[in-house]
Amino acid sequence: MEVINFFMLVMKFFLILQTMPPQVICMIDEIVEAIRRAETELSEDTVAALKKAYEKETNDMAKTQLKAIIENFTVAKKSSLPMCQDTGLQTFFIDMGYDFPYRKELKSAITEAVRRATKEVPLRPNAVHPFLHKNSGDNTGRFVPYIHWELREGDDVVIHVIPKGGGSENMSGLYMLPPGVGIKGIKKTVVEHIFKSGGKPCPPTIIGVGIGGGADLALTLAKKAAILRPIGSRHEEDFVAQLEDELYEMANKLGIGPMGLGGDTTVLDVHVEYAHRHPATLPLGIVTQCWANRKRKVMIDANGHVEVV
Amino acid sequence: MEYHEKTPIADARKYKLGDVIYITGQLVLARDEAHKKLLEEGAPIDLKGSVIYHCGPVVTKRNGEWKVVAAGPTTSIRMEIFEDQFIEKFHPAIIVGKGGMGEKTLKALKEHGAVYAAYTGGCGALAAERIKSVKEVHFLDELGIPEAVWVFNVEEFGPLVVTMDAHGNSYYENVDEKAKKNLESILKNIK
Repeated sequence: MEVINFFMLVMKFFLILQTMPPQVICMIDEIVEAIRRAETELSEDTVAALKKAYEKETNDMAKTQLKAIIENFTVAKKSSLPMCQDTGLQTFFIDMGYDFPYRKELKSAITEAVRRATKEVPLRPNAVHPFLHKNSGDNTGRFVPYIHWELREGDDVVIHVIPKGGGSENMSGLYMLPPGVGIKGIKKTVVEHIFKSGGKPCPPTIIGVGIGGGADLALTLAKKAAILRPIGSRHEEDFVAQLEDELYEMANKLGIGPMGLGGDTTVLDVHVEYAHRHPATLPLGIVTQCWANRKRKVMIDANGHVEVV
Repeated sequence: MEYHEKTPIADARKYKLGDVIYITGQLVLARDEAHKKLLEEGAPIDLKGSVIYHCGPVVTKRNGEWKVVAAGPTTSIRMEIFEDQFIEKFHPAIIVGKGGMGEKTLKALKEHGAVYAAYTGGCGALAAERIKSVKEVHFLDELGIPEAVWVFNVEEFGPLVVTMDAHGNSYYENVDEKAKKNLESILKNIK
């Protein structure tokens, strides 16, 4: 049996080699590496924010939780093991130049990288058929890994590798508000949402708020705001930045605290993004990211030179 | 108070809300399917004074030996439907999980002198570091890796924070009430 498996593996390897240029093979290696780093090394902005929260926290219970989290990501990095047993739904946000030469191969490269990472990191198989309840076993399936594409000028690509945990994703929300409620209604809905989420999304969390567009765009903007923007950054427009500050203050006044056990640190940050809206609608998307804010970037230039940060 | 305990645990009534416990000895994993299975078929090991952990671990086998990769807690409230029967039948000392449990469990903890303790959500790597070896595993073929009944040998497994004691007190109720009051005052002041 083992001999046959090995033979199949060798065959598969040669098949891939035959159909893919060497630059693409190298890309797959680096995407696997980016997934491994995302899962095992907590992003630097989140590390800094959690350490700062631990220093500032006045509640003893909250301090034990933050200390355990800090110990946990330290152990994960040192032993190169996933920081959480929920290694997430493999998600990729792609920011691609129109002239990037390997755009045709990128999707299959990502899918192959996810399969390999599942074995090599290893990752928990997290892709289940909703009707048949069968787990695919390798984190791939219909529409997953989820890949979100955006195009711009240029000949390079930036792949945001953002595996997303299920517990915090369950605490997402979409509110189609009557436009008349205005910004005040938005603030109220966001704070109530964070209150209702309580300890379930593994706080301290990072909250992404997407306003306007349609239902889907509001949630996409919220996800980008939560995960892609560094903690502590502020929106380039003053009135949005002000709203972010205000929501951050209000959320932390709730006193839900790390893991919902009380304390000063309920959120590490709140990021807001917006799109113009239809006159009849005011969509509000909220995406919650747990403290295990896993994200890495793969940057590939036109020559196929790859860098993971 | 901080406790460093060895299993089995004789008296869990001494623990108060907010106490921190570190466990050395055996940790028994049981989540959704395992609860059902053990209640239906009985336990293959003595669970009196045991520490039960709501967890679906990532475990791999290398060179014929099990290796625990990550083992953080799962959400406990899903086990609320049968935890009271489980406590009554098997008399564990500590139930460990994430997010707390409901009224039925709180009552069973009081009746049978057990406590619920929270382990920090997402701390899968820290947990794995304190798990020294796999002692045994039951129902693996039927239930699969995340749902099987694993028995781990652990050292200083924690911090486990007592959030539901054996006297009918729940820490979650206190935090929820406070947060609700805070919410009301925040909403009043929104401009």
